[in-house]
Amino acid sequence: MSTVKTGAMLELKKVSKTFNAGTPDSKKALDNLDLSVQKGDFITIIGANGAGKSSLFNAICGTFLTDSGSIILDGKDITFLADHKRAKSIGRLFQDPMMGSAPGMTIEENLALAAGRGGWLSRISKAERQDFRDRLAVLDLGLEDKMGSRVGQLSGGQRQALTLLMATINPPKVLLLDEHTAALDPGTSEKVLNLTKSIVESQNLTCLMITHNMQSAIDLGNRILMMDGGKIITDIRGNEKKNLTVSALLKAFREKKGVELSNDRMLMI
Amino acid sequence: MDIIITALELGLISSLTVLALYLSYSMLSVCDLSTDGCFTLGAAVGAVTALAGHPLLAVPAAMCAGLLSGLVTALLQTYLGVPSLLAGIVVNTGLYSINIAIMGNTALLNLNKTETIFTKARTLMQGTFMASQYKLAVIVFFVILVIVFLSFFLKTRLGLAIRATGDNRAMVRSSSINPFMTTIVGLCISNSFTGLSGCFLAMYQRSANVTIGSGMVTIALASLLIGNSFLSKTQNITIKAVGAVLGAFLFRLVYTVALRLNMPASMLRLVSAVIVVIAISAPYLRDRFPEFKRRFENRRA
Repeated sequence: MSTVKTGAMLELKKVSKTFNAGTPDSKKALDNLDLSVQKGDFITIIGANGAGKSSLFNAICGTFLTDSGSIILDGKDITFLADHKRAKSIGRLFQDPMMGSAPGMTIEENLALAAGRGGWLSRISKAERQDFRDRLAVLDLGLEDKMGSRVGQLSGGQRQALTLLMATINPPKVLLLDEHTAALDPGTSEKVLNLTKSIVESQNLTCLMITHNMQSAIDLGNRILMMDGGKIITDIRGNEKKNLTVSALLKAFREKKGVELSNDRMLMI
Repeated sequence: MDIIITALELGLISSLTVLALYLSYSMLSVCDLSTDGCFTLGAAVGAVTALAGHPLLAVPAAMCAGLLSGLVTALLQTYLGVPSLLAGIVVNTGLYSINIAIMGNTALLNLNKTETIFTKARTLMQGTFMASQYKLAVIVFFVILVIVFLSFFLKTRLGLAIRATGDNRAMVRSSSINPFMTTIVGLCISNSFTGLSGCFLAMYQRSANVTIGSGMVTIALASLLIGNSFLSKTQNITIKAVGAVLGAFLFRLVYTVALRLNMPASMLRLVSAVIVVIAISAPYLRDRFPEFKRRFENRRA
């Protein structure tokens, strides 16, 4: 792991990834992609299915090794670092609320694993238990009184909120949210989104969020990226983003792509 | 009474293998098919060490042998990409040759005149109130030791990580823990218990043969599932471990009674196979039953 001088928290330089290269199924998931994320950025990412949004996250997390290019996190080149080692500084939430926690284990045990404090042979201490209780209380879901219950008994929304807590219990350098409220009902989805906002703000986290909801893509964060064909085709930030409307965003997409939107999911407003 | 004591002793000896499967099967979600060979390995190493005049050293030696066997099984299914069931089968097959080699190219070792941990215990306990039950005392001591170890270990951070590996592997990775590491540690520990179990059986019956462990994985699984079915409500790890031991004893007891009722000894394996099938498919069929019933009624209507 070499140290590279850079001001950004996360930097992707000319990152490419092609799946099934050399076969008829060949699919370019990331195409020479450049991205620089500043510390404290909250970036929302939109794009049709297959645009490369999740591939971008997979590349950052190390789910696969990129074909070319480099990934630099907080000045350290992590291009070839194993995924579980990157996980120390990268938190990630998926669309499926079941993915982030162990259903057969208790809330407290899940949190202890995520926190990863103490040596391998240390057990959950009283102080740690109290800390978990305090953090769970912030979620306002009553989970602090169910620390001994198995996570499998929780609802999807509760589990996703718990996963959010687990991903941020040691503040990550980058938090990746991959449509993490898409599988929840509208009310729960809003609640988890508000929780996300307050945790990201209070810890001043650097955060990337994939969403198909154009309105929340506009409302949240300080920068919005639109992806297509493994590239970032639109990058709007600052005041320009504040004044953005859904119709203006759709217009921008049409102009960049030169075609009408064909994907219904893209149109979710 | 003697019959029950014998059933208890044999049940407790096999309960060490049941506890090994409790760790690998229930916690890691790995069905470790190297169990049979590893059990024999423990018996062979224990017997050879005892024959060499080190009855006490035989116990840790058998555990170390088991640990090494677990290490190989684990490396195959992690870093070498062999599917976990196949890794167990392959190791089991390879161990057959290794076990014969360890026993000095014979299929049977006789410990009749050899000092074992049990004869040591008999000498030690002579004149005390435990004198008549010296075998039971030794086995109970080790079973308690293993249960205490497991109930402590599975609540440590490493233990939690091992349990999570069988529950949600992706979550383990995102907690910055390498699931390969947890699988390796888990299988090393569980196989050391299997080796211990084999060592005790060889010393108990004063002989080790190359088929001493065959069918052990099914017998232990049956015992584990019997124990589970009694304690399906609780999530407490210690109680579940005790349940596994209870299951091993009950299995042995039923078997002993069946023998008294003139069931041929060779039926043991069939009985254990049937128990495993019932224990696994009964809950499945119970859950599906309402669906079957509706389909059936629909057809008749």
